[in-house]
Amino acid sequence: MLNQKKFIVSHAPFCHDGSRISERSYHTMFAALPAIILGICQYGAPAMGVVALAISSAMLWELAFNRVAKQPVSIGDGNAAVIGLLFGMLMPATMPWWGVVIGTMLAIVVGKQIFGGIGGNPFSPVAVAIAIMMLSWKGFFDFDEMLCSYELDFAMIYPLTALKNFGTDAISAISTGDLLMGRQVGGIGSTFGLGLIIGGLYLIIRGFIRWEISVSFLVGVFVTALLFNISDSAKYAGPVFHIFTGYTLVGAFFLATDDSSSPVNCIPMFLYGLLGGVMTVLIRNLGVYADGVIFAILVINLVNPIFDKIRPKALGK
Amino acid sequence: MLETGCWKLDAGNWKLETGFKLPSLHFKFQSTTFNGFEWTLFIMVKRSFFGLAKPQFRYESLNGKPFEPEKISTPDRVTLFLKRPFAPNPLVRTGDKVKTGQKLSFYEDGDEYVISSVTGTVSSISPYMGDFGKSYTAVSIDVAGEEETDEQFGTAAEEPTLEKIKAFLDFTPGAPRMDALLDADKPIKTIVVCGIDRDLLIATNQYVVKSRVEAINNGISLLKKLSGVAHIMIAMPRALMKEAGSIGGAAGVELRAIDAGYPASLPKMMMKELLGKVVPEGKTCEDMGVCFLNAEAVASVGSAFKNRKIPVTKTLTLIKKDMTKVLVETRIGTPISDIFNTCDVSLDQGDRIIIGGPMTGSAVYSDDYPVQPDTDAIMVQANEDVSPVSDYPCINCGECVRICPAKIQVSMLVRFCEAGEYEDAADLYDLYSCIECGLCSFVCVSGMPVFQYIRLAKYELDRVRIAEAEEEATENA
Repeated sequence: MLNQKKFIVSHAPFCHDGSRISERSYHTMFAALPAIILGICQYGAPAMGVVALAISSAMLWELAFNRVAKQPVSIGDGNAAVIGLLFGMLMPATMPWWGVVIGTMLAIVVGKQIFGGIGGNPFSPVAVAIAIMMLSWKGFFDFDEMLCSYELDFAMIYPLTALKNFGTDAISAISTGDLLMGRQVGGIGSTFGLGLIIGGLYLIIRGFIRWEISVSFLVGVFVTALLFNISDSAKYAGPVFHIFTGYTLVGAFFLATDDSSSPVNCIPMFLYGLLGGVMTVLIRNLGVYADGVIFAILVINLVNPIFDKIRPKALGK
Repeated sequence: MLETGCWKLDAGNWKLETGFKLPSLHFKFQSTTFNGFEWTLFIMVKRSFFGLAKPQFRYESLNGKPFEPEKISTPDRVTLFLKRPFAPNPLVRTGDKVKTGQKLSFYEDGDEYVISSVTGTVSSISPYMGDFGKSYTAVSIDVAGEEETDEQFGTAAEEPTLEKIKAFLDFTPGAPRMDALLDADKPIKTIVVCGIDRDLLIATNQYVVKSRVEAINNGISLLKKLSGVAHIMIAMPRALMKEAGSIGGAAGVELRAIDAGYPASLPKMMMKELLGKVVPEGKTCEDMGVCFLNAEAVASVGSAFKNRKIPVTKTLTLIKKDMTKVLVETRIGTPISDIFNTCDVSLDQGDRIIIGGPMTGSAVYSDDYPVQPDTDAIMVQANEDVSPVSDYPCINCGECVRICPAKIQVSMLVRFCEAGEYEDAADLYDLYSCIECGLCSFVCVSGMPVFQYIRLAKYELDRVRIAEAEEEATENA
């Protein structure tokens, strides 16, 4: 028994499929790139600055929290970077630096870490941060005001505000093609519809997000907007407009699909997405806010635990 | 290591099969032959590009001609585990001479015994701790002198009964347990003979089905006669069905093919697929009137009564570091280091030795560990292939929920288990529906030891229940 080699003793199973949280994070960031690159092309260096600051400050907040809470450093899993990146995508290009830093603090510390870090957050951290920012500094999300210094080759009006204030006449000049190709005013990474769809499909095919949530979210938006549009087409825009404007696509593919705040069972995923879509259009059409995606996502995050109780009977039950 | 598919030999090409119906990728490979026969090589690879598809794992499939397994010569010393804790003053003493096939009972109370697999002298009797606090009495026998066979069973075997199987053959290859058949409270209506191994990468029972048809047939007709169970079913992979025509020739024996995808060969899955019976939560298959026996166990019974000799040679699959497999025949009690030496397996610091298969086996800390009657496989993993577990929490991605064959909401269950709330885990999130396949841990993105948490929860609850029952008993007394 002397000079025995030491072997590793651990528990079954003795193999793993190699998936990692960091892998999920990096692919999510990769999928968001097309939309962000177009935003940076349109708005130039300030947009680049906002995105870069958002990612780096989010990671620094996470690191700072790790240190203060004496936790192992967790920025390596890429989750903080994803949160920063998504936060940056939703910002106007002219966001002041301190707004970005406070926003990522809200996302990382308030949205995620105080609930115990990754996996513990009941709400999408990005949605929490944006919602607090929207309530605290309304002006930052007035895209017409924020981007007034830009003169790009498309109508420089924020479609959702125009719709809210002046009805469908005001948006008749905006074609679906323009919306799809990012020729609209909005957040840095939230205007390029085609890019977001490609990114979302990539994540779905690779299995990093669930199609059930994204598709039912978009179906919810489509059906509700269609019903409003049928009831009063002068006041309420059509379903396609609602899908390609504001944060709808970012919400459907990147925010609503946040792992810890979304359901895992099949029927709950459909209900969750559907409710999110319905709430989005209800807030847009009936509420005071031009865009309802963020609040809709907070609402569905809130009901997620109850939805997730709908589950198949386990074997032998 | 594992991708959502497996490599299969198809007309000389290696084909990647995925659960997703995509054009299969074709690769040309040299034909791989071990022990002079072809194996369907199962390569464990990474998560597939198309993560939307559920991973599928196929059981080992034995195709091709029969062959001779690697025979390990009789070791210098064997170690046998008696299934009860060590107590002072056993009936068998150090220095006692024993013969091959001799039944050794150690304590006056209780009917546990071991069968000596060699002729020699008892050299030590000591306690041994297994997984989950199981304690055994380890008996070492030094091999000495000419091999002699004990006659006790030979006389007893003239009139076979179930009690004699229980009294003599518990410790034979495949461990044929007769307790379920002898239990008068829970009558057994069906015996399922498993011609497939429970875990991946193992071919032991398939080999037995292919090579020991006569012994199995003999064992089946004996069991049928003795137990009076009319319905006997042999479950085996579809690939083996063609070659297994001669098995179970007697009437009332049903041959059934089972799905080659893991975990179809776990007893509770077989109950559902083959018999259409769902085992209620917390019940066993025996409660439902079904008894599962490995093909090797049945073959042991058959050959024991035919030859009037207790079989002591165990067949097992050795899975080497490069995932190649060798079938091995060895005496029960042989230290696994002897097998490694014969089959050219070199071990380094930090490797992992697994008794059993990759999904449900258990790792041991020493290469002195002996082969037991139910050791169907030994797997060796190189240090660099050992997948680490992490202390990350569950991120609720739902991979485990989607792969769970028992439809448990694992993501919630593991939260309760992690927090030590075992009662709630059982009451609210179906702890006892778990069939222990280990797939949840396999796909866990956080790298959590999900399967271990579940097993620990069951173990802890059992402990509490036993303690409560004892307390009640003392109060009543």
